Amino acid sequence: MSTQNEADHHPDSAPVHGTTDPIQILDADGAVLSNAELPELSDDDLVAMYEDIKLARRFDQRAISLQRQGRIATYAPMTGQEGAQVATGYALATQDWLLPTYREHAAKYVHGMDLASLLKPLCGLREGYAIPDDVHVMPEYIPIATQVPQATGMAWGKQLQGEADTAVLCHFGDGATSEGDFHEGLNFAGVFDVPAVFVCNNNQWAISVPREHQTASETIAQKAAAYGIEGVRVDGLDPLAVYAVTRAALQKAKNPADGERRPTLIEAVQYRYGAHTTADDPSAYREEDEAEDWRQKDPLDRMRNFLTNNGLLDDDLEAEIDERIDAQLSEAIESVEAATTDPTTMFDHVYDELPPRLREQRAELESLREKYGDEAFHEVLE
Amino acid sequence: MSSTSPDESRTAGDSQAGSAAETMNLVEAVRHALHTEMGRDERVMVLGEDVAENGGVFRATEGLLESFGDERVVDTPLAESGIVGTAIGLAMTDMRPVAELQFMGFAYPAFDQLVSHAARMRSRSHGQYTVPMVVRAPYGGGIRAPEHHSESKEAFFVHEPGLKVVVPSTPADAKGLLIASIRDPDPVVFLEPKLVYRAFREDVPTDAYETPLGEATVKREGTDVTVYTWGAMVHPTLIAADNVADEDGIDVEVVDLRTLSPLDVETLVDSFEKTGRAVVVHEAPKTAGLGAEIAATIQEETLLHQEAPITRVAGYDVPMPLHELEDYYLPQALRIQEGIRETVSF
Repeated sequence: MSTQNEADHHPDSAPVHGTTDPIQILDADGAVLSNAELPELSDDDLVAMYEDIKLARRFDQRAISLQRQGRIATYAPMTGQEGAQVATGYALATQDWLLPTYREHAAKYVHGMDLASLLKPLCGLREGYAIPDDVHVMPEYIPIATQVPQATGMAWGKQLQGEADTAVLCHFGDGATSEGDFHEGLNFAGVFDVPAVFVCNNNQWAISVPREHQTASETIAQKAAAYGIEGVRVDGLDPLAVYAVTRAALQKAKNPADGERRPTLIEAVQYRYGAHTTADDPSAYREEDEAEDWRQKDPLDRMRNFLTNNGLLDDDLEAEIDERIDAQLSEAIESVEAATTDPTTMFDHVYDELPPRLREQRAELESLREKYGDEAFHEVLE
Repeated sequence: MSSTSPDESRTAGDSQAGSAAETMNLVEAVRHALHTEMGRDERVMVLGEDVAENGGVFRATEGLLESFGDERVVDTPLAESGIVGTAIGLAMTDMRPVAELQFMGFAYPAFDQLVSHAARMRSRSHGQYTVPMVVRAPYGGGIRAPEHHSESKEAFFVHEPGLKVVVPSTPADAKGLLIASIRDPDPVVFLEPKLVYRAFREDVPTDAYETPLGEATVKREGTDVTVYTWGAMVHPTLIAADNVADEDGIDVEVVDLRTLSPLDVETLVDSFEKTGRAVVVHEAPKTAGLGAEIAATIQEETLLHQEAPITRVAGYDVPMPLHELEDYYLPQALRIQEGIRETVSF
């Protein structure tokens, strides 16, 4: 990759990233484009990526169905966006940090979180935000764009502590680029030249507001120029292209060439096939057939075709994968639905040491439960 | 552009018997109020995230785009400071913006605009510039919403001189208070309890009436103890009042404050002077919540009538838990009854 300025000076060497057509490796049918170079991924990794994308899609279907049955609360679907999520997850090294939003279920899973943890907050259990020490994922960010300056800060901290081999990657959507925190986070990243990668999952819709009403900029990647950092546009439905671009950005973050700035803004151009969340009805604001064009470039289909064409996937393996995925999901759902939480856990971890007044409040709640039983709290008294 | 002078409006109390009414829930009453005011004053406009094409995530602005067009019903970029900042600018050009923040938990990026500018434009400019703006936000818990979607942080705004803060608890009040807020010359933060949005329906007059800001209402008359509350807590408080009447023979007065700033000190004090005992119920965390302000006001104004400590039944001093535990966090009739009994038996 090269910066926009370099590209201007060397028109033959690279396209002007940020304003051009998105970078692709696979065509819509999953064939490798003639001018593209495959990223260095083993056959096993390629198949594993496919399996994770398929798991993500199945996770989405199961979660939506659970929500409709009233077994989980509001869920933010990711169908159409799994390829980009899984690919950025594969690009991360174990020591790198991930700051996801509420939609990045697959990215979190790939970077080390277990499926049950992903489901817990949807069942109202805060325990799902308890991340194991060896998993470098932050609890999902629900307010919009607030993770952007924090990613810059974490990258800055890693740099100050001499962890030269660690970078920080954060996800956000096209809507987030309108928030002040997006500007402030990217500006700081440029000024302090921190090892951070900012991935905008541009799925074209911020709930009901289309990308072209979100910003008058031609692309989101071009906003990088304002911060003096590199902006790259990539086909977000092409997992191999997203992997290659993210991998290169992470490498540059850790080992920039002379004159290169560490941060990169990646615009992964994609589409949210479904609703913003299960609380939303997209037919109120967009044409249903709009998704069809995007489905022609579906990340799961493209990876399947790519693997099949290269002799890496056949029906037997596909069946094996499906069986594994269904077993994993059923086990996770079963364990989460069996999980309970104690009401007094709401007082845990509010402070390092619980202040006297909170101890009193916890005792008050305990005595009410003892006196009336838990059922009384859930009764709607009339 | 034309507008109706305040003299032409009238309060709900003036409503003529037999005037037209429609049965509505609270969210429909909000929509009806917006429609009414946009129809009578061309300066009134609605802006926010997903308010136009989508009609708002709670459908509070549904149909407004079709009625009033995309210059007056505006989908903005996703940026709360941008929404409130531009609304301030619009208000200063004599528009009457009604900005929507999608959830109160997402109001914080707009905080600087609200407290540093909307609240004090009048005082800084010695009355030269004013901000006749309404900022609406769905607020409160109890609907199994995701994290950050259930907060009750009214105290942040009540603490800021220059802002008015309004919380309706019924459809009829929602309409009248929103109309009054839109016509008010000062900035109003209008908090809509989403637990009540579709909880019940009642007759709402179809005319353009105002429910005056700064006036509390007595929802239930009683002589033993006063419960002060607002928003979504009014309903469980009334249930608790009936229960302690049946079970303990306690006669509870319930005051719905409706406007949290400016506070209706007169109604607050009058009720306390009658009962001598008070419970304050709010879903916001207890510490530095409005309960503290109400208790202090009672002590300042009418200490010698006090017969018992003032009890606060409130959210605990913890981050709003996820939905599995929200029934334990939010004051329910159960906890309100406990508070009433404790106060009366002192």
